[in-house]
Amino acid sequence: MSDKILYGCAAVFNTPDEITHAAEKVANAGYKKFDVHTPYPVHGMDDAMKLAPSKLGYVALVFGLSGTLGALFTLWWISAVDYPIVIGGKPFFSFPAYIPVMFELTVLSAAIATVLAMLFIFFKLPNNSHPLHGTEYMKKVSSDKYGISIQADDPQFDKEKIKELFETLNAAKIYLIHWDNDELNHKHKILEPKFLAFLFVVALISSGTAYFTLNKLMFMVPFNWMMDQPKQSAQQKSLIFDDGFGMRNPVPGTVARGYLPYQFKGQPDLAGEKLVNPVPISNESLKLGGQKFDIYCSPCHGYHGDGASRLRGQFPNPPSLHSDKVRKWSDGRIFAVITDGQNIMPSYSTQLSVEERWAVINYVRALQRALNAKESDLQ
Amino acid sequence: MSSSSIEYQKKDLPDKIRLAGFALLAAGLLLVIAGYLVNPARAAFNNIIGFSFLVSIAVGSLFYVAIEYLSGAVWSTPFRRIGEFLSSIIYLLPLLLIPLLLNVDKIFHWTHPDPADKTLVGKAPYLNVSFFVIRVIAFIVIWALFHFLIARNSKKQDSKQDSSLTAKNIKISAVFMPFFTLTISFTAIDWLMSLEPHWFSTIFGVYYFSGTVLAALAAATIFIILLNENGYLIKGIHSDSYYSLGALLFAFTNFWAYIAFSQFLLIWYANLPEETFWFLARWEGGWKFISVGLIIVKFLIPYIGLLSQPSKMNPKRLLAMAGVILFAHYYDLYWLVMPNYGKGEIIFSWNEFGFPLLCAGIIILAVFYKSKKENIIPIGDPKLKRGIDFRL
Repeated sequence: MSDKILYGCAAVFNTPDEITHAAEKVANAGYKKFDVHTPYPVHGMDDAMKLAPSKLGYVALVFGLSGTLGALFTLWWISAVDYPIVIGGKPFFSFPAYIPVMFELTVLSAAIATVLAMLFIFFKLPNNSHPLHGTEYMKKVSSDKYGISIQADDPQFDKEKIKELFETLNAAKIYLIHWDNDELNHKHKILEPKFLAFLFVVALISSGTAYFTLNKLMFMVPFNWMMDQPKQSAQQKSLIFDDGFGMRNPVPGTVARGYLPYQFKGQPDLAGEKLVNPVPISNESLKLGGQKFDIYCSPCHGYHGDGASRLRGQFPNPPSLHSDKVRKWSDGRIFAVITDGQNIMPSYSTQLSVEERWAVINYVRALQRALNAKESDLQ
Repeated sequence: MSSSSIEYQKKDLPDKIRLAGFALLAAGLLLVIAGYLVNPARAAFNNIIGFSFLVSIAVGSLFYVAIEYLSGAVWSTPFRRIGEFLSSIIYLLPLLLIPLLLNVDKIFHWTHPDPADKTLVGKAPYLNVSFFVIRVIAFIVIWALFHFLIARNSKKQDSKQDSSLTAKNIKISAVFMPFFTLTISFTAIDWLMSLEPHWFSTIFGVYYFSGTVLAALAAATIFIILLNENGYLIKGIHSDSYYSLGALLFAFTNFWAYIAFSQFLLIWYANLPEETFWFLARWEGGWKFISVGLIIVKFLIPYIGLLSQPSKMNPKRLLAMAGVILFAHYYDLYWLVMPNYGKGEIIFSWNEFGFPLLCAGIIILAVFYKSKKENIIPIGDPKLKRGIDFRL
């Protein structure tokens, strides 16, 4: 026993009131390095022990704030400096959009930092041994007794005086607790050079293998699985053609399948004369025309072609399709307007195929007829 | 520690409180009458702020009383009477309502919609004067009814000490909750959102609710701290109870900020003209400063002021923060209402002082007279002893 180093002096008590009282007395006597062990949390113990508030909150504050500022900086750098793109018509630096991200990162970094700080700084991981472990004292205070222990490295530590103090406080039992020699000289295996070297080698091998596999092996025969072939692929530079392009333009005059070139660009009147509606009026064509009209034409011309649309007043109002002028136009003339556009109306040739354009014209004719019915329609 | 009897000596509040209350009331009333004589429309807009503010305090306090019963909370039992006193303001709400109802056509554009205005014509089945008046009166009747039932049982318990009364109040509170949710949402829509009848925000009811719970809690906290620090409550209340009040204030401050920001972010992102004009009206001209001030007064100051643990336990700091939050709710309502009266320039002059003074007077006098008639502590409540001994 005598060759062991003293860790401290401890005492157990029978009731929570006694331990609270004892903690108060020990704290009042000026001891700083002491701790209380109870089977469950005892209310008011922090006050009795005169503990300063935990510093853990500051960790949360500092890391939370760095999360906030880090998110702000990252977003500003990404969207205002490094790769500015207009999104939704907003300015590059649009603070309101950053707030949710800043909030999330604040919570995330504060939470993770708090847990890690608690484990590694306050609990001193990877250290997992303590002189109180395995003692009779610890067995008692973790079942039905309330214990207090004063460490020997407290500047006021005096074995006899403390024993006296505990006795006056009616301690049920007093213990002297010594360091276990094995524990004292214990080195964490996790910190041994051998283990660290092993970790280093494992890290090197696994990262090296991953790098080699993904960046080298994949491009070697036979692991490239014939992906790398001596042929011309799209977007690749060509050594054969003079202009260096791998992709070639079609021969002049080529006409794509299902595509008829429009010959009357910029000549609407000529188109009105020459073009004939090839799509016969049928239930199907009216249905298709109506559907396309509602999607592409109605935002401006209105569902009935009278210009009473939901965009009315926000643009120059479009003319009615029921005017004499439009009613007297030939189908081809209307086709020219849809294909080329007119005034502020843009071309709809990419949105509507040729057939759809003719179907829309059939539908417009039906709308005109509905508003200006002939006498014969009523019979 | 474990004696079952509770030492409680009922003390009347000092007379100077009554004097202060009447002075505020008189000053407020004078300014309000002058305001109505000089500029009735402007006074009516201020009246809406005052009315919504008192609804927040009164109905929000009733909400806390009901929540305490429903959740079985113990720590707040010694303070429950403060909530009951504050919610008795419900009976005084008609005083502020009558001048408003006389001026409905001056405040609400929807009372005389342009027949060509399809939006307002479409909303007319809901937004018309007769249905509006019916709703407003029905809501006050519902609140008064629930306050009457809950407070009656609570008062009975003082002499009878019967725990079955607590069980009864739990049931009444459970019934009250859905009514509270609907009435408070529709109050927000009727009085505040319909000031701009073309505008809509689906989160608006929650927005007003978040301000309501903040204001009611802040008002209660102010009274609790002042009464307790001067020895009018009961001996033995620990700073842990203050901590709980502070934590709730802190939580709802964040809740308000979350809701307010959610409302703003969606409208800002979507950028639809039929929604953004409401925020633009609060951003153009001098209103910009009022809007920025709202963020500072209602979020930044309370957030920083209540963040640390000691600040929630220190009665002085908690009192200051509760004062800021209570002021911030009035400020918030001003921000919601006044830009509808005048766009561009800030509307602020002596006309705006009448209703805050009047409200302060009403709140102080309500608590003063209620505390004279009744115990400030629910002495018969079986949870009281545990409430006083509450530790975190």
